[in-house]
Amino acid sequence: MDLFLASVILLVATGILAGLSGRCPNAPARIAFLGMLGSAALASAPCIDVLFLGGAPETLHIPWDVPGGAFSLRLDALSAFFILPMLLISSLCALYGLEYMRAHLARRSVAAAWCFFNVLVASMMMVVVAHNAVLFLVAWEVMALASFFLVAFEDEKGEVRTAAWVYLIATHLGTAALLAMFAILGGPNGFFDFDAFGHGIAPGATAAVFLLAVVGFGAKAGFAPFHVWLPEAHPAAPSHVSALMSGLMIKTGIYGLLRIVMHLGPPPLWWGWTLLAIGLFSGIGGVLFALAQHDLKRLLAYHSVENIGIIAIGLGLGFAGWSSGLDVVCVLGFGGALLHVLNHSLFKSLLFLGAGSVLHATHTRDMDHLGGLLKRMPHTGGTFLIGSMAISGLPPFNGFVSEFLIFLGALHAIVQGNSQALLPSIATVTGLALISGLAAACFTKAFGGVFLGEPRSGHTQHAHDPGWRMRAPMWTLAGACLAIGLGAPWVAMQLSGTLTVVRPDLARSLPMLLQSGTLPLHYLVLTILAFLALVGTLAFLRSQLLRGRTIGESCTWDCGYAAPTARMQYTASSFAQPLTRLFHKVLGTQRCGDDVAGIFPASASISTVTPDVCAEKMYRPLFSGIEWMVLRLRWLQHGNIHLYVLYIAVTLLVLLIWKLN
Amino acid sequence: MAIASLIPVLLGLMLAPLMLGVINRTKAAFAGRNGQPLLQQYFDLWRLLHKGVVYSRTTTWVFRAGPVVGLAATLSALLLTPLGGVPSMLHFDGDFVLFALLLGVVRFMLIVAALDTGSAFEGMGASREAAFSALVEPALFLALASLAKYAGSLSLTGLYVPLDLAAWAQAGPGFALALITLLGVFVVENARIPVDDPNTHLELTMIHEVMVLDNSGPDFAFVQYTAALKHWIFGALIAGIAIPVRTGNVLLDTIAMVAGIGVLAVAVGVVESIMARLRMHRVPQLIVGAAALAVVALIVVGR
Repeated sequence: MDLFLASVILLVATGILAGLSGRCPNAPARIAFLGMLGSAALASAPCIDVLFLGGAPETLHIPWDVPGGAFSLRLDALSAFFILPMLLISSLCALYGLEYMRAHLARRSVAAAWCFFNVLVASMMMVVVAHNAVLFLVAWEVMALASFFLVAFEDEKGEVRTAAWVYLIATHLGTAALLAMFAILGGPNGFFDFDAFGHGIAPGATAAVFLLAVVGFGAKAGFAPFHVWLPEAHPAAPSHVSALMSGLMIKTGIYGLLRIVMHLGPPPLWWGWTLLAIGLFSGIGGVLFALAQHDLKRLLAYHSVENIGIIAIGLGLGFAGWSSGLDVVCVLGFGGALLHVLNHSLFKSLLFLGAGSVLHATHTRDMDHLGGLLKRMPHTGGTFLIGSMAISGLPPFNGFVSEFLIFLGALHAIVQGNSQALLPSIATVTGLALISGLAAACFTKAFGGVFLGEPRSGHTQHAHDPGWRMRAPMWTLAGACLAIGLGAPWVAMQLSGTLTVVRPDLARSLPMLLQSGTLPLHYLVLTILAFLALVGTLAFLRSQLLRGRTIGESCTWDCGYAAPTARMQYTASSFAQPLTRLFHKVLGTQRCGDDVAGIFPASASISTVTPDVCAEKMYRPLFSGIEWMVLRLRWLQHGNIHLYVLYIAVTLLVLLIWKLN
Repeated sequence: MAIASLIPVLLGLMLAPLMLGVINRTKAAFAGRNGQPLLQQYFDLWRLLHKGVVYSRTTTWVFRAGPVVGLAATLSALLLTPLGGVPSMLHFDGDFVLFALLLGVVRFMLIVAALDTGSAFEGMGASREAAFSALVEPALFLALASLAKYAGSLSLTGLYVPLDLAAWAQAGPGFALALITLLGVFVVENARIPVDDPNTHLELTMIHEVMVLDNSGPDFAFVQYTAALKHWIFGALIAGIAIPVRTGNVLLDTIAMVAGIGVLAVAVGVVESIMARLRMHRVPQLIVGAAALAVVALIVVGR
């Protein structure tokens, strides 16, 4: 635990130092980056020990004056599973930020941003090791505030301020649910150490705790319908921060859910179904709204909702399998969900870094204005393609491994389960298949729109690949995506320690279950190696066939039309149109513009916007209702201080009378 | 690995283009023409493999990689495909998930390669392909899951080996529904009427053909061979249900299956001769209908 604590302290210290060193333009970035590297090196040792080498969980307990609080930390395999990707990806994002933030230097100081960057990473690390509710909430709040300030980095823009506000409100509503949840868990005596949770808790209370955990942690993770802050905050934040938030921070919600729920004993069946339903809703809704977006980073943010949905589906299967005694389904569900947590953090941060690189080079996020960037930015384009295939769950990259495990779990449930399990399992298989199909459509849209074809506007004229500081993180993440895809059986076996934390009752049989459950992964990888060998063979064959033959160059076939322009290409929006039209009832896309009129139309225009259906139909009426009610009380707020003093006096008097009675 | 498991792969590699020949001859017979030789596809592939190539200046390495990766992924899917009672070369629990994902790779590469040309036509085809194939994915999974529910197995081979006459007697309605679903998947995945017309002459109305307009030479041969193999693979899945011949004799089973695929090819030819294609926005209804039938199949089998 000493190394871990040292690492957190180093992060905070370098963060503060970076914040104070704003006078020297390049200093904050360097200090923060070096601090991040050092802290990653320090913290990785205990995590590797706990996760891979079978080391015992490390604990630390220091009393604290705060009521109910204690400085109680515990680093077990579940924490380590979340921390290791944090260390890797935060270091890569910091390296990327070194170059990315330089563009902002001319306009504003970046010292505060670097300070909050390191504080954010430190608070995420504290969240997953805190073993006391008060300490957990403090770390949780620091994490929320640090990320709020990072989202609000470009606060001179109106849309950034709105995004930051939406995020701040959403995260605090989630925290309110968590407060209530911990209050129930702590009981009347106020035992707020995690170890004390779950003893003698009433069955009705466990249901309330579960629901509050789903709302509170779901708001952070981005479960629909609590996801509305993601598509606002992710595009607003600087890209390496979006990568950090989408890749890592929202996963602390998944961590919290697992950590709390495992104290509640064997789950009833409806918990599993609830999470499955949320997962399907988030997954399908997320990918559909992603399809309708024009903003590249907003599209990626909706895909975070989709992938959190896939994780929730896995968790739901895990809980359902747990409560119905189908241990294979449970292990495959939880295993798939955990692996998807890891996979998503890799490919989503890769994609956000790629999007940042595009934004850096072209100064626009609108896919309909881009195009042809693969020629100008081969590194960004190549890694973005790898990320796109990974997130679409296509071999040989990592996304398919976790989706495969969840599929396998659902299929086991169909084959082995009773008729009660049949309908939810059918829904799971259908939903997962639809999600993966739509995700592929969405990422062919994103990759095709941004990187392929001809440039659609002048934005791409001077675009070029960034320097090595931004390239190296992208290639490292792309390499990790491939490595997990090909090392799937090994990676899956490493989950055993983490799964034991979630299901200690299965501790003995878990390695066996995991081994038999993930046995197909060996053959899977074998087939994929055969696929790669075939790619190599065919590529060789093709090059041999073409040797010495004429390789001509020409323009794209245009039906004989002599003067094609780049404006005639299909745009990303037109590419997605068949699907957005099919689902227009769900999406509610609004279009405006002048239609083509007359025989020789002079001009026409169209623009579409797809606002979030939950934000528009649920939260807007809700919050306007609250505003309306609050406005009724406006007359109390008149600005006369002596009357305010009277309020205080009356309140005190009422309290006094109440107390005397 | 038994020698028998090589049979589905080798037969697929050899006979896939012939399936297209049978379809074309059937259509020709319906139209009162002599039609092209039965082996025309082979001649075409041979000719294309001996030609040079022309690339659009807009394209990048993605366009060149598309046909290669697409063919490799299709061949890998072929390794997982059983031929009725004859087991596939590789089989394991959940292999049909990988099967679907590999076909997803084929589609992904085909689409990005089409978008790489920057052509409005190819963008149009790619857009339609992306939309329809996204919808067809659940139908395929549900149809196979209903077979899995009956067989109690999660590998394609395990699904298909026990599908004999006794099984049909026991769970016939479920199989029939799954069969109809797979026929729907077949026409969408292979771009046949009523979803797409491979013989249409107008770029605006095409799906598959328009996506490969800019391919030439060996690349185009790869694309054509990929399409032929996809016909064969889905044909094998369909014939595997429709022909419940499981004698245990590899030779007899194989002959029955090849005959079944031949009959399917004739049926496709007949359908293309007597039906018009659907309007584009009606296609999703066909796919969703097919998926709904598969749900019914699953419930019927799992009851």
